[in-house]
Amino acid sequence: MSLDVANTSAAAHGLDIAGLRADFPLLQRPMNGRRLAFLDSAASAQKPQCVIDAERECYETYYANIHRGVYALSQQSTQRYEAVRKIVKRFINAPDEREVVFVRGATEAINLVAQSFVRPKLSAGDEILITGMEHHANIVPWQLVAEATGAKLVVAPVLDNGELDMATLAEQISERTRFVSVVHVSNTLGTINPVSDIIALAHAKGIPVLVDGAQSAPHMPVDVQALGADFYCFSAHKTYGPSGAGVLWGRLEHLQAMPPYQGGGDMIRNVTFAQSDYADPPQRFEAGTPNIAGVIAMGTGLEYIESVGREPIVAHEQHLLAYANAQLEAIEGFRVIGTAPHKTGVISFVLEGIHPHDIGTILDMEGVAVRSGHHCTQPLMERFAVPATTRASFGLYNDEADVDALVSGLHRVKAMLSQ
Amino acid sequence: MTELRALYQEVILDHNKHPRNFHAVDPHSHQANGYNPLCGDKVHVQLRTNGDGCIEAIGFQGEGCAISTASASIMTESLKGHSIEQARAISERFHRLVTDDNAQADASLGKLGVLAGVRAYPMRVKCATLAWHTLQAALNEEDEVVAE
Repeated sequence: MSLDVANTSAAAHGLDIAGLRADFPLLQRPMNGRRLAFLDSAASAQKPQCVIDAERECYETYYANIHRGVYALSQQSTQRYEAVRKIVKRFINAPDEREVVFVRGATEAINLVAQSFVRPKLSAGDEILITGMEHHANIVPWQLVAEATGAKLVVAPVLDNGELDMATLAEQISERTRFVSVVHVSNTLGTINPVSDIIALAHAKGIPVLVDGAQSAPHMPVDVQALGADFYCFSAHKTYGPSGAGVLWGRLEHLQAMPPYQGGGDMIRNVTFAQSDYADPPQRFEAGTPNIAGVIAMGTGLEYIESVGREPIVAHEQHLLAYANAQLEAIEGFRVIGTAPHKTGVISFVLEGIHPHDIGTILDMEGVAVRSGHHCTQPLMERFAVPATTRASFGLYNDEADVDALVSGLHRVKAMLSQ
Repeated sequence: MTELRALYQEVILDHNKHPRNFHAVDPHSHQANGYNPLCGDKVHVQLRTNGDGCIEAIGFQGEGCAISTASASIMTESLKGHSIEQARAISERFHRLVTDDNAQADASLGKLGVLAGVRAYPMRVKCATLAWHTLQAALNEEDEVVAE
Protein backbone atom coordinates (compact mmCIF):
# COMPACT_ATOMS: atom_id res chain seq x y z
CA MET A 1 0.00 0.00 0.00
CA SER A 2 1.47 3.31 -1.05
CA LEU A 3 0.67 6.31 1.08
CA ASP A 4 3.02 8.55 -0.83
CA VAL A 5 1.03 11.74 -1.22
CA ALA A 6 3.05 12.94 -4.19
CA ASN A 7 2.10 9.91 -6.24
CA THR A 8 -1.63 10.28 -5.81
CA SER A 9 -3.94 12.51 -7.76
CA ALA A 10 -7.63 12.91 -8.44
CA ALA A 11 -7.30 10.99 -11.67
CA ALA A 12 -5.09 8.24 -10.32
CA HIS A 13 -7.70 6.61 -8.11
CA GLY A 14 -10.32 6.47 -10.84
CA LEU A 15 -13.24 6.91 -8.45
CA ASP A 16 -16.42 8.62 -9.56
CA ILE A 17 -16.84 10.74 -6.44
CA ALA A 18 -20.02 12.45 -7.69
CA GLY A 19 -21.50 8.99 -8.21
CA LEU A 20 -20.42 7.86 -4.75
CA ARG A 21 -21.88 10.99 -3.14
CA ALA A 22 -25.19 10.18 -4.80
CA ASP A 23 -25.21 6.89 -2.84
CA PHE A 24 -25.55 8.85 0.42
CA PRO A 25 -29.00 10.37 0.89
CA LEU A 26 -27.98 12.59 3.79
CA LEU A 27 -25.28 14.31 1.73
CA GLN A 28 -28.00 15.57 -0.62
CA ARG A 29 -29.59 17.78 2.06
CA PRO A 30 -28.54 21.39 2.35
CA MET A 31 -27.14 22.68 5.63
CA ASN A 32 -27.99 26.23 6.68
CA GLY A 33 -28.71 27.08 3.09
CA ARG A 34 -25.39 25.73 1.82
CA ARG A 35 -24.17 22.53 0.23
CA LEU A 36 -23.31 20.24 3.15
CA ALA A 37 -19.58 19.60 3.55
CA PHE A 38 -19.55 16.68 5.98
CA LEU A 39 -16.02 16.50 7.42
CA ASP A 40 -16.58 14.42 10.57
CA SER A 41 -16.37 10.84 9.33
CA ALA A 42 -13.73 10.03 11.95
CA ALA A 43 -16.49 10.43 14.54
CA SER A 44 -19.09 8.55 12.50
CA ALA A 45 -19.62 8.05 8.79
CA GLN A 46 -22.78 8.71 6.80
CA LYS A 47 -24.68 5.72 5.42
CA PRO A 48 -25.14 4.71 1.78
CA GLN A 49 -28.62 3.82 0.53
CA CYS A 50 -27.70 0.11 0.34
CA VAL A 51 -27.00 0.01 4.10
CA ILE A 52 -30.26 1.80 4.90
CA ASP A 53 -32.09 -0.59 2.57
CA ALA A 54 -30.46 -3.67 4.11
CA GLU A 55 -31.67 -2.75 7.57
CA ARG A 56 -35.16 -1.89 6.32
CA GLU A 57 -35.38 -5.04 4.17
CA CYS A 58 -34.55 -7.14 7.22
CA TYR A 59 -37.38 -5.65 9.26
CA GLU A 60 -39.82 -5.57 6.36
CA THR A 61 -39.33 -9.01 4.87
CA TYR A 62 -37.56 -11.64 6.97
CA TYR A 63 -36.93 -10.44 10.54
CA ALA A 64 -37.22 -12.86 13.46
CA ASN A 65 -34.98 -13.79 16.36
CA ILE A 66 -31.98 -15.88 15.38
CA HIS A 67 -30.50 -19.28 16.27
CA ARG A 68 -33.55 -20.84 17.96
CA GLY A 69 -36.63 -20.77 15.77
CA VAL A 70 -37.26 -23.63 13.38
CA TYR A 71 -39.57 -21.54 11.24
CA ALA A 72 -38.53 -19.98 7.95
CA LEU A 73 -38.18 -16.37 9.13
CA SER A 74 -35.87 -17.29 11.98
CA GLN A 75 -33.80 -19.47 9.71
CA GLN A 76 -33.46 -16.72 7.12
CA SER A 77 -32.49 -14.13 9.75
CA THR A 78 -29.98 -16.57 11.21
CA GLN A 79 -28.50 -17.28 7.82
CA ARG A 80 -28.18 -13.58 6.91
CA TYR A 81 -26.69 -12.73 10.33
CA GLU A 82 -24.19 -15.59 10.23
CA ALA A 83 -23.24 -14.79 6.63
CA VAL A 84 -21.76 -11.49 7.86
CA ARG A 85 -18.99 -13.46 9.60
CA LYS A 86 -17.75 -14.54 6.16
CA ILE A 87 -17.83 -10.92 4.94
CA VAL A 88 -15.81 -9.79 7.98
CA LYS A 89 -13.40 -12.71 7.58
CA ARG A 90 -12.68 -11.55 4.03
CA PHE A 91 -12.65 -7.83 4.99
CA ILE A 92 -9.85 -8.24 7.52
CA ASN A 93 -8.37 -11.46 6.07
CA ALA A 94 -9.09 -13.51 9.18
CA PRO A 95 -8.17 -17.18 8.95
CA ASP A 96 -11.43 -18.50 10.41
CA GLU A 97 -14.94 -17.05 10.64
CA ARG A 98 -15.38 -18.54 14.14
CA GLU A 99 -12.92 -15.84 15.22
CA VAL A 100 -15.40 -13.07 14.34
CA VAL A 101 -17.37 -11.95 17.40
CA PHE A 102 -20.18 -9.44 16.93
CA VAL A 103 -20.21 -6.70 19.56
CA ARG A 104 -21.76 -3.24 19.92
CA GLY A 105 -18.60 -1.54 18.72
CA ALA A 106 -14.87 -1.17 19.29
CA THR A 107 -15.43 0.07 22.84
CA GLU A 108 -17.25 -3.10 23.85
CA ALA A 109 -14.62 -5.22 22.06
CA ILE A 110 -11.79 -3.69 24.11
CA ASN A 111 -13.74 -4.06 27.35
CA LEU A 112 -14.42 -7.70 26.47
CA VAL A 113 -10.73 -8.45 25.92
CA ALA A 114 -9.74 -6.49 29.03
CA GLN A 115 -12.15 -8.37 31.27
CA SER A 116 -12.13 -11.88 29.76
CA PHE A 117 -8.62 -12.26 28.38
CA VAL A 118 -6.33 -9.91 30.27
CA ARG A 119 -7.79 -9.48 33.73
CA PRO A 120 -7.49 -13.17 34.75
CA LYS A 121 -3.77 -13.04 33.86
CA LEU A 122 -2.95 -9.95 35.96
CA SER A 123 -1.26 -9.74 39.35
CA ALA A 124 -0.18 -6.70 41.33
CA GLY A 125 2.78 -5.01 39.64
CA ASP A 126 2.05 -6.40 36.17
CA GLU A 127 1.96 -3.92 33.33
CA ILE A 128 -0.33 -3.14 30.41
CA LEU A 129 1.28 -1.08 27.66
CA ILE A 130 -0.75 1.43 25.67
CA THR A 131 0.28 4.60 23.83
CA GLY A 132 -0.13 8.31 24.45
CA MET A 133 -2.49 8.68 21.49
CA GLU A 134 -5.18 6.24 22.60
CA HIS A 135 -8.87 7.06 22.49
CA HIS A 136 -10.47 6.99 25.93
CA ALA A 137 -11.97 3.62 24.85
CA ASN A 138 -8.46 2.15 24.87
CA ILE A 139 -7.47 3.79 28.17
CA VAL A 140 -10.35 3.45 30.61
CA PRO A 141 -10.98 -0.33 30.19
CA TRP A 142 -7.33 -0.92 31.13
CA GLN A 143 -7.57 1.43 34.12
CA LEU A 144 -10.55 -0.61 35.31
CA VAL A 145 -8.65 -3.92 35.19
CA ALA A 146 -5.52 -2.29 36.61
CA GLU A 147 -7.49 -0.92 39.54
CA ALA A 148 -9.05 -4.31 40.20
CA THR A 149 -5.77 -6.24 40.09
CA GLY A 150 -3.03 -3.83 41.19
CA ALA A 151 -1.53 -3.85 37.71
CA LYS A 152 -0.33 -0.59 36.19
CA LEU A 153 -0.71 1.20 32.93
CA VAL A 154 2.46 2.08 31.01
CA VAL A 155 2.09 4.70 28.28
CA ALA A 156 4.39 4.93 25.26
CA PRO A 157 5.13 8.58 24.46
CA VAL A 158 4.17 10.50 21.32
CA LEU A 159 6.74 12.59 19.43
CA ASP A 160 6.15 16.21 18.46
CA ASN A 161 5.06 15.27 14.93
CA GLY A 162 2.48 12.83 16.22
CA GLU A 163 4.45 9.64 15.64
CA LEU A 164 5.03 7.10 18.38
CA ASP A 165 8.38 7.19 20.14
CA MET A 166 9.24 3.64 19.06
CA ALA A 167 12.64 3.58 20.79
CA THR A 168 11.02 4.29 24.16
CA LEU A 169 8.16 1.91 23.43
CA ALA A 170 10.64 -0.90 22.75
CA GLU A 171 12.25 -0.27 26.15
CA GLN A 172 8.87 -0.15 27.87
CA ILE A 173 8.07 -3.74 26.93
CA SER A 174 9.32 -5.42 30.08
CA GLU A 175 9.24 -8.68 32.00
CA ARG A 176 6.13 -7.36 33.71
CA THR A 177 4.25 -6.50 30.53
CA ARG A 178 1.25 -8.80 30.18
CA PHE A 179 -0.58 -7.13 27.31
CA VAL A 180 -0.14 -4.42 24.67
CA SER A 181 -3.14 -2.49 23.32
CA VAL A 182 -2.44 0.02 20.60
CA VAL A 183 -4.43 2.15 18.20
CA HIS A 184 -3.82 1.39 14.52
CA VAL A 185 -4.70 4.93 13.35
CA SER A 186 -5.09 7.86 15.73
CA ASN A 187 -8.55 9.43 15.55
CA THR A 188 -7.08 12.79 16.54
CA LEU A 189 -3.72 12.88 14.75
CA GLY A 190 -4.38 10.57 11.81
CA THR A 191 -1.04 8.87 12.48
CA ILE A 192 -0.79 5.35 11.06
CA ASN A 193 1.17 3.46 13.69
CA PRO A 194 3.70 0.77 12.80
CA VAL A 195 1.60 -1.87 14.53
CA SER A 196 3.29 -4.87 12.89
CA ASP A 197 6.63 -3.64 14.34
CA ILE A 198 5.01 -3.22 17.75
CA ILE A 199 3.49 -6.70 17.50
CA ALA A 200 6.87 -8.18 16.56
CA LEU A 201 8.50 -6.51 19.58
CA ALA A 202 5.76 -7.78 21.90
CA HIS A 203 5.65 -11.29 20.45
CA ALA A 204 9.39 -11.61 20.88
CA LYS A 205 8.60 -11.57 24.60
CA GLY A 206 5.46 -13.67 24.28
CA ILE A 207 3.09 -10.76 24.88
CA PRO A 208 -0.24 -10.64 23.03
CA VAL A 209 -1.41 -7.46 21.29
CA LEU A 210 -4.79 -5.87 20.58
CA VAL A 211 -5.05 -3.46 17.65
CA ASP A 212 -7.83 -0.85 17.90
CA GLY A 213 -8.88 -0.62 14.26
CA ALA A 214 -11.76 1.84 14.61
CA GLN A 215 -9.96 4.33 12.34
CA SER A 216 -8.12 1.88 10.07
CA ALA A 217 -10.95 -0.43 8.99
CA PRO A 218 -12.80 2.32 7.05
CA HIS A 219 -9.74 3.84 5.42
CA MET A 220 -7.17 1.22 4.39
CA PRO A 221 -6.74 -2.45 3.59
CA VAL A 222 -6.54 -4.51 6.77
CA ASP A 223 -4.94 -7.94 7.01
CA VAL A 224 -4.92 -9.21 10.58
CA GLN A 225 -2.67 -12.12 9.62
CA ALA A 226 -0.08 -9.87 8.01
CA LEU A 227 -0.22 -7.58 11.05
CA GLY A 228 0.23 -10.62 13.30
CA ALA A 229 -2.31 -9.25 15.78
CA ASP A 230 -3.93 -11.29 18.52
CA PHE A 231 -7.07 -9.15 18.57
CA TYR A 232 -8.44 -6.51 16.21
CA CYS A 233 -11.66 -4.55 16.56
CA PHE A 234 -13.72 -1.93 14.77
CA SER A 235 -17.13 -0.24 14.82
CA ALA A 236 -19.70 -0.53 12.03
CA HIS A 237 -20.80 3.09 12.29
CA LYS A 238 -17.40 4.22 11.04
CA THR A 239 -17.40 1.70 8.16
CA TYR A 240 -20.55 3.25 6.64
CA GLY A 241 -22.76 0.86 8.61
CA PRO A 242 -25.24 1.37 11.45
CA SER A 243 -24.38 2.35 15.01
CA GLY A 244 -24.57 -0.28 17.73
CA ALA A 245 -22.74 -3.00 15.81
CA GLY A 246 -19.08 -3.89 15.56
CA VAL A 247 -16.51 -6.63 15.44
CA LEU A 248 -14.00 -8.20 17.76
CA TRP A 249 -11.66 -10.50 15.91
CA GLY A 250 -9.44 -12.70 18.05
CA ARG A 251 -7.24 -15.72 17.45
CA LEU A 252 -9.27 -18.86 17.99
CA GLU A 253 -6.90 -20.28 20.59
CA HIS A 254 -7.36 -17.12 22.67
CA LEU A 255 -11.14 -17.04 22.28
CA GLN A 256 -11.41 -20.72 23.16
CA ALA A 257 -9.46 -20.17 26.37
CA MET A 258 -11.48 -17.13 27.46
CA PRO A 259 -14.39 -17.18 29.90
CA PRO A 260 -17.62 -15.44 28.79
CA TYR A 261 -17.84 -11.66 29.12
CA GLN A 262 -21.57 -11.54 29.80
CA GLY A 263 -23.96 -14.33 30.74
CA GLY A 264 -27.35 -14.90 29.19
CA GLY A 265 -29.17 -16.65 26.41
CA ASP A 266 -27.46 -17.77 23.21
CA MET A 267 -24.01 -18.16 24.81
CA ILE A 268 -24.58 -21.48 26.55
CA ARG A 269 -24.68 -25.12 25.60
CA ASN A 270 -26.59 -26.39 28.62
CA VAL A 271 -27.92 -24.65 31.73
CA THR A 272 -28.87 -26.17 35.07
CA PHE A 273 -29.08 -24.34 38.38
CA ALA A 274 -25.94 -26.18 39.41
CA GLN A 275 -23.84 -25.20 36.41
CA SER A 276 -23.85 -23.99 32.81
CA ASP A 277 -21.67 -25.12 29.94
CA TYR A 278 -20.63 -22.32 27.66
CA ALA A 279 -20.99 -22.36 23.92
CA ASP A 280 -17.91 -22.29 21.72
CA PRO A 281 -16.67 -18.99 20.28
CA PRO A 282 -18.03 -16.83 18.83
CA GLN A 283 -21.46 -17.55 20.42
CA ARG A 284 -19.83 -17.68 23.86
CA PHE A 285 -19.35 -13.90 23.64
CA GLU A 286 -22.74 -13.01 22.17
CA ALA A 287 -25.10 -13.26 25.13
CA GLY A 288 -28.67 -12.16 24.54
CA THR A 289 -30.41 -11.16 21.33
CA PRO A 290 -27.82 -9.23 19.33
CA ASN A 291 -28.27 -6.26 16.99
CA ILE A 292 -29.54 -8.57 14.22
CA ALA A 293 -30.50 -6.03 11.58
CA GLY A 294 -27.52 -3.86 12.53
CA VAL A 295 -25.04 -6.70 12.00
CA ILE A 296 -26.64 -7.58 8.66
CA ALA A 297 -26.45 -3.93 7.54
CA MET A 298 -22.85 -3.77 8.81
CA GLY A 299 -22.07 -6.56 6.34
CA THR A 300 -23.63 -4.49 3.56
CA GLY A 301 -21.46 -1.51 4.56
CA LEU A 302 -18.31 -3.62 4.39
CA GLU A 303 -19.32 -4.95 0.96
CA TYR A 304 -19.89 -1.36 -0.13
CA ILE A 305 -16.32 -0.44 0.88
CA GLU A 306 -15.04 -3.48 -1.00
CA SER A 307 -17.04 -2.55 -4.09
CA VAL A 308 -15.51 0.94 -4.09
CA GLY A 309 -12.09 -0.58 -3.49
CA ARG A 310 -9.76 -0.16 -0.52
CA GLU A 311 -6.74 1.04 -2.54
CA PRO A 312 -8.75 3.64 -4.49
CA ILE A 313 -10.17 4.90 -1.16
CA VAL A 314 -6.63 5.30 0.20
CA ALA A 315 -5.52 7.15 -2.94
CA HIS A 316 -8.57 9.42 -2.90
CA GLU A 317 -8.30 10.33 0.78
CA GLN A 318 -4.54 10.92 0.44
CA HIS A 319 -5.23 13.23 -2.47
CA LEU A 320 -7.76 15.19 -0.41
CA LEU A 321 -5.30 15.40 2.48
CA ALA A 322 -2.59 16.86 0.25
CA TYR A 323 -5.07 19.20 -1.45
CA ALA A 324 -6.33 20.45 1.93
CA ASN A 325 -2.90 20.82 3.53
CA ALA A 326 -1.64 22.96 0.67
CA GLN A 327 -4.46 25.49 1.14
CA LEU A 328 -4.74 25.34 4.92
CA GLU A 329 -1.04 25.87 5.55
CA ALA A 330 -1.34 29.21 3.74
CA ILE A 331 -3.76 30.51 6.41
CA GLU A 332 -1.90 32.68 8.90
CA GLY A 333 -1.99 31.27 12.42
CA PHE A 334 -3.06 27.81 11.21
CA ARG A 335 -1.22 24.90 12.84
CA VAL A 336 -1.81 21.18 12.32
CA ILE A 337 -1.54 18.89 15.36
CA GLY A 338 -0.22 15.63 13.91
CA THR A 339 2.15 15.82 10.97
CA ALA A 340 3.35 12.22 10.78
CA PRO A 341 4.55 11.26 7.29
CA HIS A 342 2.17 8.29 7.28
CA LYS A 343 -1.29 9.48 8.20
CA THR A 344 -4.89 9.15 7.08
CA GLY A 345 -7.29 11.92 6.08
CA VAL A 346 -7.54 13.52 9.51
CA ILE A 347 -6.56 17.15 10.06
CA SER A 348 -6.63 18.35 13.67
CA PHE A 349 -5.73 21.99 13.88
CA VAL A 350 -5.67 25.14 15.92
CA LEU A 351 -6.09 28.70 14.68
CA GLU A 352 -4.06 31.05 16.81
CA GLY A 353 -6.22 33.06 19.21
CA ILE A 354 -9.50 31.47 18.11
CA HIS A 355 -11.31 28.83 20.13
CA PRO A 356 -12.31 25.54 18.38
CA HIS A 357 -15.92 25.95 19.54
CA ASP A 358 -16.22 29.30 17.77
CA ILE A 359 -14.67 27.73 14.67
CA GLY A 360 -17.12 24.81 14.84
CA THR A 361 -20.19 27.04 15.20
CA ILE A 362 -19.20 29.45 12.43
CA LEU A 363 -18.24 26.62 10.04
CA ASP A 364 -21.59 24.96 10.77
CA MET A 365 -23.37 28.08 9.59
CA GLU A 366 -21.33 27.79 6.39
CA GLY A 367 -22.56 24.21 5.89
CA VAL A 368 -19.26 22.68 7.04
CA ALA A 369 -19.52 19.96 9.72
CA VAL A 370 -16.30 19.51 11.71
CA ARG A 371 -15.60 18.28 15.23
CA SER A 372 -14.39 20.63 17.97
CA GLY A 373 -13.11 19.42 21.30
CA HIS A 374 -10.75 16.84 22.74
CA HIS A 375 -11.95 13.97 20.50
CA CYS A 376 -12.02 11.59 23.49
CA THR A 377 -8.22 11.93 23.70
CA GLN A 378 -7.73 14.29 26.66
CA PRO A 379 -4.23 13.00 27.53
CA LEU A 380 -3.16 13.70 23.94
CA MET A 381 -4.52 17.26 24.16
CA GLU A 382 -2.39 17.72 27.27
CA ARG A 383 0.63 16.27 25.45
CA PHE A 384 0.29 18.94 22.76
CA ALA A 385 -0.63 21.64 25.31
CA VAL A 386 -3.91 22.56 23.63
CA PRO A 387 -7.28 22.47 25.40
CA ALA A 388 -9.04 21.34 22.25
CA THR A 389 -8.66 21.24 18.50
CA THR A 390 -10.88 21.49 15.47
CA ARG A 391 -10.79 18.33 13.39
CA ALA A 392 -11.72 17.83 9.76
CA SER A 393 -11.74 14.20 8.64
CA PHE A 394 -12.45 12.64 5.27
CA GLY A 395 -14.58 9.77 4.08
CA LEU A 396 -14.76 8.22 0.64
CA TYR A 397 -17.56 10.65 -0.33
CA ASN A 398 -15.67 13.89 0.31
CA ASP A 399 -14.42 15.96 -2.60
CA GLU A 400 -12.38 19.07 -3.30
CA ALA A 401 -15.50 21.25 -2.97
CA ASP A 402 -15.77 20.12 0.67
CA VAL A 403 -12.18 21.20 1.27
CA ASP A 404 -12.80 24.50 -0.50
CA ALA A 405 -15.82 25.13 1.76
CA LEU A 406 -13.64 24.44 4.81
CA VAL A 407 -10.94 26.83 3.63
CA SER A 408 -13.33 29.67 2.80
CA GLY A 409 -15.17 29.04 6.08
CA LEU A 410 -11.92 29.41 7.99
CA HIS A 411 -11.23 32.71 6.24
CA ARG A 412 -14.63 33.88 7.43
CA VAL A 413 -13.84 32.72 10.98
CA LYS A 414 -10.65 34.74 10.92
CA ALA A 415 -12.37 37.82 9.53
CA MET A 416 -14.88 37.68 12.40
CA LEU A 417 -12.71 36.69 15.32
CA SER A 418 -9.08 37.58 14.70
CA GLN A 419 -7.64 39.65 17.49
CA MET B 1 -25.77 35.03 7.83
CA THR B 2 -28.47 36.46 10.07
CA GLU B 3 -28.41 33.51 12.51
CA LEU B 4 -24.65 33.79 12.86
CA ARG B 5 -24.87 37.52 13.47
CA ALA B 6 -27.52 36.86 16.11
CA LEU B 7 -24.96 34.80 18.01
CA TYR B 8 -21.79 36.72 17.25
CA GLN B 9 -23.11 40.26 17.71
CA GLU B 10 -20.73 43.19 17.47
CA VAL B 11 -20.82 43.71 21.24
CA ILE B 12 -19.72 40.09 21.74
CA LEU B 13 -16.97 40.33 19.14
CA ASP B 14 -15.76 43.55 20.76
CA HIS B 15 -15.67 42.09 24.28
CA ASN B 16 -13.88 39.02 22.90
CA LYS B 17 -11.20 41.15 21.29
CA HIS B 18 -10.95 43.61 24.18
CA PRO B 19 -12.11 41.87 27.35
CA ARG B 20 -12.88 44.32 30.19
CA ASN B 21 -11.60 43.77 33.72
CA PHE B 22 -9.31 41.04 32.44
CA HIS B 23 -7.00 41.06 35.44
CA ALA B 24 -6.51 39.82 38.97
CA VAL B 25 -8.22 41.63 41.87
CA ASP B 26 -5.79 42.08 44.75
CA PRO B 27 -6.76 42.06 47.52
CA HIS B 28 -10.03 40.20 46.95
CA SER B 29 -12.78 38.97 49.26
CA HIS B 30 -14.18 36.26 47.00
CA GLN B 31 -12.66 34.09 44.28
CA ALA B 32 -13.27 30.82 42.45
CA ASN B 33 -11.99 28.77 39.50
CA GLY B 34 -14.38 27.46 36.87
CA TYR B 35 -13.58 24.66 34.46
CA ASN B 36 -15.44 23.05 31.60
CA PRO B 37 -13.67 19.75 30.85
CA LEU B 38 -15.61 19.29 27.61
CA CYS B 39 -13.98 22.24 25.90
CA GLY B 40 -11.08 22.86 28.26
CA ASP B 41 -12.27 26.38 29.10
CA LYS B 42 -10.97 27.80 32.37
CA VAL B 43 -11.96 31.00 34.10
CA HIS B 44 -10.79 32.55 37.36
CA VAL B 45 -13.14 35.14 38.89
CA GLN B 46 -12.06 37.43 41.74
CA LEU B 47 -13.96 40.26 43.40
CA ARG B 48 -13.80 42.57 46.41
CA THR B 49 -16.73 43.92 48.37
CA ASN B 50 -16.61 47.14 50.37
CA GLY B 51 -17.92 47.81 53.87
CA ASP B 52 -21.49 48.08 52.55
CA GLY B 53 -21.32 44.66 50.90
CA CYS B 54 -21.14 46.19 47.42
CA ILE B 55 -18.83 44.83 44.70
CA GLU B 56 -16.22 47.55 44.29
CA ALA B 57 -13.80 45.54 42.14
CA ILE B 58 -14.27 42.46 39.96
CA GLY B 59 -12.05 40.83 37.37
CA PHE B 60 -11.53 37.59 35.49
CA GLN B 61 -8.70 35.67 33.88
CA GLY B 62 -8.50 32.50 31.86
CA GLU B 63 -9.02 31.17 28.38
CA GLY B 64 -12.16 30.36 26.50
CA CYS B 65 -14.13 30.85 23.34
CA ALA B 66 -15.54 34.19 22.15
CA ILE B 67 -18.89 33.53 23.82
CA SER B 68 -17.37 32.59 27.17
CA THR B 69 -14.86 35.47 27.12
CA ALA B 70 -17.51 38.03 26.16
CA SER B 71 -19.93 36.70 28.77
CA ALA B 72 -17.29 36.95 31.51
CA SER B 73 -16.27 40.42 30.37
CA ILE B 74 -19.83 41.81 30.24
CA MET B 75 -20.55 40.10 33.57
CA THR B 76 -17.77 42.01 35.31
CA GLU B 77 -19.02 45.29 33.82
CA SER B 78 -22.60 44.57 34.81
CA LEU B 79 -21.93 43.62 38.42
CA LYS B 80 -19.57 46.35 39.53
CA GLY B 81 -21.27 48.57 42.11
CA HIS B 82 -24.02 46.06 42.86
CA SER B 83 -24.58 44.32 46.19
CA ILE B 84 -24.01 40.58 46.45
CA GLU B 85 -27.75 40.06 46.63
CA GLN B 86 -28.29 42.09 43.48
CA ALA B 87 -25.49 40.15 41.78
CA ARG B 88 -27.20 36.86 42.61
CA ALA B 89 -30.50 38.18 41.24
CA ILE B 90 -28.85 39.35 37.99
CA SER B 91 -27.13 35.98 37.70
CA GLU B 92 -30.47 34.18 37.99
CA ARG B 93 -32.09 36.42 35.40
CA PHE B 94 -29.14 35.88 33.07
CA HIS B 95 -29.44 32.10 33.39
CA ARG B 96 -33.11 32.30 32.47
CA LEU B 97 -32.27 34.52 29.51
CA VAL B 98 -29.83 32.02 27.97
CA THR B 99 -31.76 28.84 28.79
CA ASP B 100 -35.49 29.68 28.67
CA ASP B 101 -36.89 30.33 25.18
CA ASN B 102 -39.67 32.47 26.65
CA ALA B 103 -37.41 34.73 28.72
CA GLN B 104 -37.17 38.34 27.59
CA ALA B 105 -34.13 40.53 28.07
CA ASP B 106 -35.44 43.23 30.38
CA ALA B 107 -33.70 46.54 30.84
CA SER B 108 -32.17 45.43 34.14
CA LEU B 109 -29.89 43.03 32.21
CA GLY B 110 -28.57 45.85 30.02
CA LYS B 111 -25.81 44.77 27.66
CA LEU B 112 -26.15 41.13 28.80
CA GLY B 113 -29.16 40.90 26.49
CA VAL B 114 -26.81 40.40 23.51
CA LEU B 115 -26.06 36.89 24.80
CA ALA B 116 -29.69 35.72 24.41
CA GLY B 117 -28.81 34.40 20.93
CA VAL B 118 -26.87 31.53 22.49
CA ARG B 119 -30.22 29.86 23.32
CA ALA B 120 -30.41 28.66 19.72
CA TYR B 121 -27.13 26.75 20.20
CA PRO B 122 -27.64 24.25 23.06
CA MET B 123 -24.02 23.08 22.83
CA ARG B 124 -22.83 26.62 23.47
CA VAL B 125 -24.99 27.60 26.45
CA LYS B 126 -22.32 26.33 28.86
CA CYS B 127 -19.83 28.67 27.23
CA ALA B 128 -22.04 31.64 28.18
CA THR B 129 -22.70 30.43 31.72
CA LEU B 130 -19.22 29.26 32.84
CA ALA B 131 -18.18 32.64 34.26
CA TRP B 132 -21.54 32.95 36.04
CA HIS B 133 -21.30 29.49 37.61
CA THR B 134 -17.84 30.54 38.76
CA LEU B 135 -19.21 33.79 40.16
CA GLN B 136 -21.85 31.87 42.13
CA ALA B 137 -19.16 29.54 43.49
CA ALA B 138 -17.13 32.57 44.57
CA LEU B 139 -20.13 34.13 46.31
CA ASN B 140 -20.85 30.78 48.01
CA GLU B 141 -17.21 30.64 49.12
CA GLU B 142 -16.52 27.52 47.07
CA ASP B 143 -13.11 27.43 45.43
CA GLU B 144 -13.94 25.47 42.32
CA VAL B 145 -16.79 24.63 40.03
CA VAL B 146 -16.83 22.14 37.18
CA ALA B 147 -19.51 22.81 34.60
CA GLU B 148 -20.07 20.77 31.47
